[in-house]
Amino acid sequence: MAEEMRIVLRNLGKVDPLNVDTYIQAGGYQALAKAKSMSQTDLIEEVKRSGLRGRGGAGFNTGMKWNFSYSAASDQKYVICNADEGEPGTYKDRIIMENDPQSVLEGMAICGYAIGANKGYIYCRGEYPYVVEILNKAIAQASEKGLLGDFDIEVRMGAGAYVCGEESALIESIEGKRGEPRFKPPFPPVIGLWGKPTIVNNVETFANIPAIVEKGADWFKGIGAASYPGTKIMTLTGDVVNRTFVEVPTNTTIRQVLDDFGGGIAGGKKFKAVQIGGTSGGFIPESLLDTPIDFDSMAAIGATLGSGAFFVMDETRDIVDVIDRISKFFAHESCGKCTPCREGTQRLHEMLHKMKNGTAVAGDLDLVERLGTVMSRACLCGLGQAAPAPILTTLKHFRSDYTGKFN
Amino acid sequence: MADYREIIGTYKEVPGGIIEAYHAVQNEYSYIPEDAVDYAAQIFNIPKAKAYGVATFYSYFKVGSRGKNVIRICESAPCHIAGADKVVAALEKELGIKMGETTSDGKFTLEFAECVGQCQATPVITINSKPYEDVTAEKIAAILAEYK
Repeated sequence: MAEEMRIVLRNLGKVDPLNVDTYIQAGGYQALAKAKSMSQTDLIEEVKRSGLRGRGGAGFNTGMKWNFSYSAASDQKYVICNADEGEPGTYKDRIIMENDPQSVLEGMAICGYAIGANKGYIYCRGEYPYVVEILNKAIAQASEKGLLGDFDIEVRMGAGAYVCGEESALIESIEGKRGEPRFKPPFPPVIGLWGKPTIVNNVETFANIPAIVEKGADWFKGIGAASYPGTKIMTLTGDVVNRTFVEVPTNTTIRQVLDDFGGGIAGGKKFKAVQIGGTSGGFIPESLLDTPIDFDSMAAIGATLGSGAFFVMDETRDIVDVIDRISKFFAHESCGKCTPCREGTQRLHEMLHKMKNGTAVAGDLDLVERLGTVMSRACLCGLGQAAPAPILTTLKHFRSDYTGKFN
Repeated sequence: MADYREIIGTYKEVPGGIIEAYHAVQNEYSYIPEDAVDYAAQIFNIPKAKAYGVATFYSYFKVGSRGKNVIRICESAPCHIAGADKVVAALEKELGIKMGETTSDGKFTLEFAECVGQCQATPVITINSKPYEDVTAEKIAAILAEYK
């Protein structure tokens, strides 16, 4: 039986999210004090050496990212917490912010010290106004006690645009514009918010930081998979007995998450597929369930860890119906800036809809595969590049579900 | 009801504050009046086209009128397989309107939404952003009664 390990959720149920004193009693803000006793370069080196990689889905080494901003000379720098959790099936950042907002603030303040920024933003999705309230109270309490020093944090609300989870689109949105991704390079750590060096990290990434600073890089890199150390919060949805969240070391396998924590398939039915990482993730068949959840192991099977969402489907589910729904999602959420995504997501949805209704012909599968491959290479940002993944992976692993629809 | 000019004016000095201003207007009106978009363009010193561009980019904002209580039904994949379509049918029947419409008394508007982040208890609807979990057709009447 696999075991849960709580680093990010270390304070879950132990602190009162609306009372900063309980966080201090649990050892809170000692990591920030320790960080400030170190030089900026030593602190960044420690984070880099811990092997922590971004928990939003891209998996870039956090310390290396911080170093880009630290090295960029500027009169003003910014820290942004990406709390625009929009990947369907994902609610981990909400769990963190609802239960332990101070950990996120402390992680941001540590980053601010490391790169030399005195201003931070939390960009929280518009669907979470109740989380925004918690964050604002937490910030007010921490500021009143002077815990954040000269680091100021402001909450900004998203407004229902999935693409704003992409860091440059998020920055555009904070600037009060349409949330369209920027051409890169330059990357935000060098030229970001209002043209200044900006670190954008995910909620879960920031919540890891105080624990890493407190216990050290060696401790952290000894946990889970060597190339993607630490833990990951997974959120289980769909046809699973326990629709819940769990934080596990990254060398835990998909099957262990499903069976040991998910309790298996609901209603005594059989497993058919699990889509991991959110609605942009790949679909995984039974034969690959012994894969560890870490970033590189998932990539090796043509899937993604992504946000850590586990969307489970039983044997009765019509894969083509689900994919039709997912392709509608991307057609709706494409921002329209680049042609491959704007046109591609619409055409994919049209063709998937035909397949679902049984009006497609065999040659359409090749067309879908061709278009999907072009999009994954040619789209400007991660949204368009990942949009075909559910289709391409189901064509690979569940092709008979499609061909069975042909008349 | 507070005047939208007053609301938008308070965000004048906030860098990039137009989205915050739109949120504040919508909190008060449940939508963004067209004239408020023109006014925001003036206050934030941007072309009207840009002010409209921002207001219409984000699915959470509604330019033009809308009912007092906005009911959004998540149709993302986890809610889809949990039976969101049955919830849609029950809401349409109970309110006597179709998705995207507003009741004649102006009390309710029905809208589709993508994931609202409560996927541990699908299907999910929100009313004025408050989530209701594990919603079934049978629960609809009781939920709506809170707002009638």
